[in-house]
Amino acid sequence: MIITRPRDWERIIANLDEVGATRVFIMGCGQCATVAKTGGEDEVREAAARLEAAGREVTGWAVGEVACHEGGTRLTTRKNAGSLETAEAILVLSCGAGVQTVADARPGTPVFPGLESAFLGNVVRHGVFEERCQMCGECVLDLTAGVCPVTTCPKGLLNGPCGGMWEGRCEVVTDRECTHVLIRRRLEAQGRGGGRGSLAPKDFSKKLKPGAVNLREGRAREGRARGGRDGGSGTTGGEDGR
Amino acid sequence: MSRLREALARGEFVVTGEVAPPRGTDMSGMRGAVETLGPHCHALNVTDNQGATLHLSSLAASRVVLDMGVEPIFQQTCRDRNRLALQSDLLAAHTLGLRNFLAVTGDDPRGGDHPEAKGVFDLDSTQLLEIARGMNEGRDMHGRELTGATDFYLGAAVFPEAEPWDVQLDRALRKVESGAEFFQTQAVFDMDKFARAAEDLRPSGVKLIAGILLLKSPRVIKFINERLAGLMVPEHISARIEAAEDPLAESIALATEQVRELRDLAHGVHIMPLGVDEAVPRILEGAGL
Ligand code: SF4
Ligand code: SF4
Repeated sequence: MIITRPRDWERIIANLDEVGATRVFIMGCGQCATVAKTGGEDEVREAAARLEAAGREVTGWAVGEVACHEGGTRLTTRKNAGSLETAEAILVLSCGAGVQTVADARPGTPVFPGLESAFLGNVVRHGVFEERCQMCGECVLDLTAGVCPVTTCPKGLLNGPCGGMWEGRCEVVTDRECTHVLIRRRLEAQGRGGGRGSLAPKDFSKKLKPGAVNLREGRAREGRARGGRDGGSGTTGGEDGR
Repeated sequence: MSRLREALARGEFVVTGEVAPPRGTDMSGMRGAVETLGPHCHALNVTDNQGATLHLSSLAASRVVLDMGVEPIFQQTCRDRNRLALQSDLLAAHTLGLRNFLAVTGDDPRGGDHPEAKGVFDLDSTQLLEIARGMNEGRDMHGRELTGATDFYLGAAVFPEAEPWDVQLDRALRKVESGAEFFQTQAVFDMDKFARAAEDLRPSGVKLIAGILLLKSPRVIKFINERLAGLMVPEHISARIEAAEDPLAESIALATEQVRELRDLAHGVHIMPLGVDEAVPRILEGAGL
């Protein structure tokens, strides 16, 4: 799931001030932000109380099923059309994807993010989240015994360890095991240890922005930039702008 | 042609040193270090934004060293540049006359003076070596022909004292597979561990240059133990420096002993005098070099 964190409250207030908004509608998210305890009903109510304490009027609030679901969010905005109509700004307690979904559903109203989007997280246990995958588009877990070096090695090295590893621990995040020691130990335990070559450099064209998949058209759009292949005019690089 | 490579090929026991480019444009400090160290060393490493802190580039500084008549070892970390920039700088380095190249991963920006920087790490040092070897053969990383090849003597770092050794060794052998012809090691304190590394690496044919760090004061030891990743000064050594009346003299004596012991185990020494450059000739002389 997507892990979000509370955003600097001063910045949120400054955003509202910039557009002179005194009447605010708050949207949460019933999925990830609810589990992350940043944008569920409780947090939305809390934000409402805080805004009121700061002299703003909260015209209403809603926590839809999934903020990033365009159809669902449109439905939520339609259901709350009345209180949205009187709002001068919308504060969204969800990840950035959800914020944009709301902004698309209400293009005439300033929409502000109420959270910081942090990472795709594993739920280690209730309230404890850890980043294990960066969705790099070219998974190497088949070669690394199910341990992601892209994400869990702070430097994202495919071949390690780096020179700072000490007694099997990571030099950067010193309270954890070095990813590359862990990978090697697991491979060995599975009898896959010996003769492993080096991993080739990652293909970042597998993960060009923005990603898009369209099952209806029966194909995934691979974000592959055109141009610049033979060092030709730099201006042609990535001309299709994806 | 790299003179360092030639000396090692001849079986000479080599000495390398290290200079840091300035944090600014005034080259006088670095020139002074080159003048002191140059006459005693086969080559001098020129560091690349060491400790993830801003310095003048290793590329330009390496050329300054070369112009002073001393052979540089151009260092590149994988931290600050992507694969296009790294390859481009390797081509530049060759045209500037640089013939030794050391590929290192680089410290994480979080530990440096720009902690908010994006650590690039588009490649790791093993991959960078592989690419540099290809460029020596006239190809870019995709195997496409270059109009003129590079000619680098390729080096990498190895860490003989960091456990677990089997993981370190595996990594070192991968680096050799990828093109490393010489290693410079992290500071050596434990001769048994160094001997183990030398023995395990011998079959690969790689040249091993042992790191000697001048432990000039108890404060430096404290700094190493607390702040430098991948390095720990053993108790008996720190006790010796702490108990000494003149810690600097004692550290020079210690380094001299270490060089003497390493003469039989390594192909050379890499001396890191931590600013006390004038200690280097004393150490070498004391060790009979
Ligand atoms: S390699 Fe790591 S980041 Fe890439 S898809 Fe696999 S788990 Fe995710
Ligand atoms: S110690 Fe291991 S996990 Fe930590 S940065 Fe280095 S290679 Fe990555």
